[in-house]
Amino acid sequence: MGTTQHQPTTPRTLFEKVWDNHIVRPQTPDTPAVLYIDLHLVHEVTSPQAFSLLRERGLKVRRPERTMATMDHSTPTTPRNAAGIIPVTDSMAAAQLDVMRKNCADFGIPLYDLGTKNQGIVHVIGPEQGLTQPGMTIVCGDSHTSTHGAFGALAFGIGTSEVAHVLATQCLLQSKPNTMAVRVDGRLHPGVTAKDIILAVIAKIGVGGGTGYVFEYMGEAIRALSMEARMTICNMSIEGGARAGMVAPDDTTFEYVAGRPFAPKGDEWERRVAEWRVLPSDDGATFDNEVVLDANTLTPMITYGTNPGMGMAITARVPDPDQLGDVSQKMALTKALQYMDLQPGQPLLGKPVDVVFLGSCTNSRISDLREAARLIKGRKVAANVRMMVVPGSQQVKVQAEAEGLDKVFREAGAEWREAGCSMCIAMNGDQLQPGQYAVSTSNRNFEGRQGKGGRTFLASPLTAAATAINGVITDPREMVN
Amino acid sequence: MEPITKFSGSMVALPINDIDTDQIIPARYLKVTDKNGLGAACFSDWRYNADGSPKADFPLNQPAYQGAQVLVGGHNFGCGSSREHAPWALLGAGFKAVVSTYFADIFRNNALKNGLLPVVVDAETHKQLVSLAQEDPTAQVTVDLESQKLILPDGRGVTFPVDAFSRYCLLNGVDQLGFVLGLDEQIASYEGQTPGRVNTLATA
Ligand code: SF4
Repeated sequence: MGTTQHQPTTPRTLFEKVWDNHIVRPQTPDTPAVLYIDLHLVHEVTSPQAFSLLRERGLKVRRPERTMATMDHSTPTTPRNAAGIIPVTDSMAAAQLDVMRKNCADFGIPLYDLGTKNQGIVHVIGPEQGLTQPGMTIVCGDSHTSTHGAFGALAFGIGTSEVAHVLATQCLLQSKPNTMAVRVDGRLHPGVTAKDIILAVIAKIGVGGGTGYVFEYMGEAIRALSMEARMTICNMSIEGGARAGMVAPDDTTFEYVAGRPFAPKGDEWERRVAEWRVLPSDDGATFDNEVVLDANTLTPMITYGTNPGMGMAITARVPDPDQLGDVSQKMALTKALQYMDLQPGQPLLGKPVDVVFLGSCTNSRISDLREAARLIKGRKVAANVRMMVVPGSQQVKVQAEAEGLDKVFREAGAEWREAGCSMCIAMNGDQLQPGQYAVSTSNRNFEGRQGKGGRTFLASPLTAAATAINGVITDPREMVN
Repeated sequence: MEPITKFSGSMVALPINDIDTDQIIPARYLKVTDKNGLGAACFSDWRYNADGSPKADFPLNQPAYQGAQVLVGGHNFGCGSSREHAPWALLGAGFKAVVSTYFADIFRNNALKNGLLPVVVDAETHKQLVSLAQEDPTAQVTVDLESQKLILPDGRGVTFPVDAFSRYCLLNGVDQLGFVLGLDEQIASYEGQTPGRVNTLATA
């Protein structure tokens, strides 16, 4: 943790404390702040050009020991061959993975290579390995870096130029964002999950509503959530436009971190926890903006359009563009419904789907798989549905297999695959066919995101599981007891 | 990087809200390991039919708009994925500036680092520019970074915001990495006072 000379005279937010602790050079009228980065995560898609720049300029990686690389986006998730190897048949992907290997070897960065025991989606492995800890600054060339904010870290996505900056200097130029409190009061009903909370938040503020802000999620409903559920929420902060999302660390956080491979041990653990305990926002700390939601009134959510803000209660009907006053909003909705081939006023419940995708850095952790498996156990995936289950990491996969979850999915007729991003981004051959509908536990329903011409409904793992069984969009509350 | 001060060019309008970076450059093109050659894939899914032929009605394909250097996009341009391939693709397609009422955070950052200017204008001006571009493909605007002004064909200038640092770097062709590298002493001093949080090289 940064040495803080700051005397806490004015109450500060969690974000401000973490920000202040990492200032290498304060913001001036002419220059943004220079922030120190505690952990830099790297993957194969957004880093090659950054390493090239380092080579061109003869630069080293300043802190390889604060850098960790994995392969996830363009990696296949098809089963291993007889030799236990995951074959890469796409030559461009293979070349990209080779470049990653070479870059890591040349610059001394540890790499979780394809198929090795710790490999997985970058935002799943950080927390899993105990690399993600409260109070840290964490960046990655990936917008869903916001996931790590669940631990009370300041974590955000950067571009490839910035990846080069961090590799070379361990620092990042940043203008100070504003803060928004996202308060979720009350308690969730059975069948309603963290995914539904965040889809409701984004439906309320819109995909640009959080631009320029760092969110702090708070309130009774957030406190009651497990770490993995908090990650699901922070993960999608970027879908509301926010730079980052954070949750104040508490005992739930510390219990999750304790004992993980890179977590502090012994005396150092005690010292760190003492530092982490002072991170939560002070009483009286002010936020630049606030959104409030009541968990008691939430139902399972689903998206109907082509951005994550186009979401509604699963029992609702597709909105009518003609009811919108704003011309550009009307145009956007008309275009979205055309792409989705949906009619205004149509219910989504009962609509047949072709694919159910359970995976992605939003919902591919062990708790997500357990939740879905509990609903699926003893049932069969409908004949019209292809269900893909893609664990977020090799560790999640191993854990799930130890618990027999793979068997539950397989016996139901679902595909059990290797770890990776898979159909979340459809770079690796796992993709929808034009016109197909999918219920997906991922985070983006943009046009073509899951395959050119494919149509995505975003929902929770429970809704995905219930839909897979019935073959049509289903309210999971009918099926959970 | 080449300094950028002022340029004039014609416009093409794509007045759609929330254009995400998956549309600007679909993920399947991200398997490249350099920045070049992405121009042809810019807006690929909107621009081409399934058989690869260009869609005649897509503005970027229309003969009158070939050579346009200013893209007039809709509100919240560049949301979604942090891929810097988005500005690389737009630059590859010949654009030097994007005009919108609002840009997503990471896209704006990425664009500025590559010399693609994100020009924010008010809703009225935006509307005017969209109509202009649609009615007269030859209409030219001037983007003047020095004075931070977008000059319309009628001579009216509207000021647009750019943070002082990015503006300085662009005007002088200074790259931002050089600036941070110059802070070595301050970085070392921070590191001296602050123990590292993790050691990824330690075998766990
Ligand atoms: S799972 Fe999807 S959203 Fe997450 S890192 Fe991979 S591609 Fe990005």
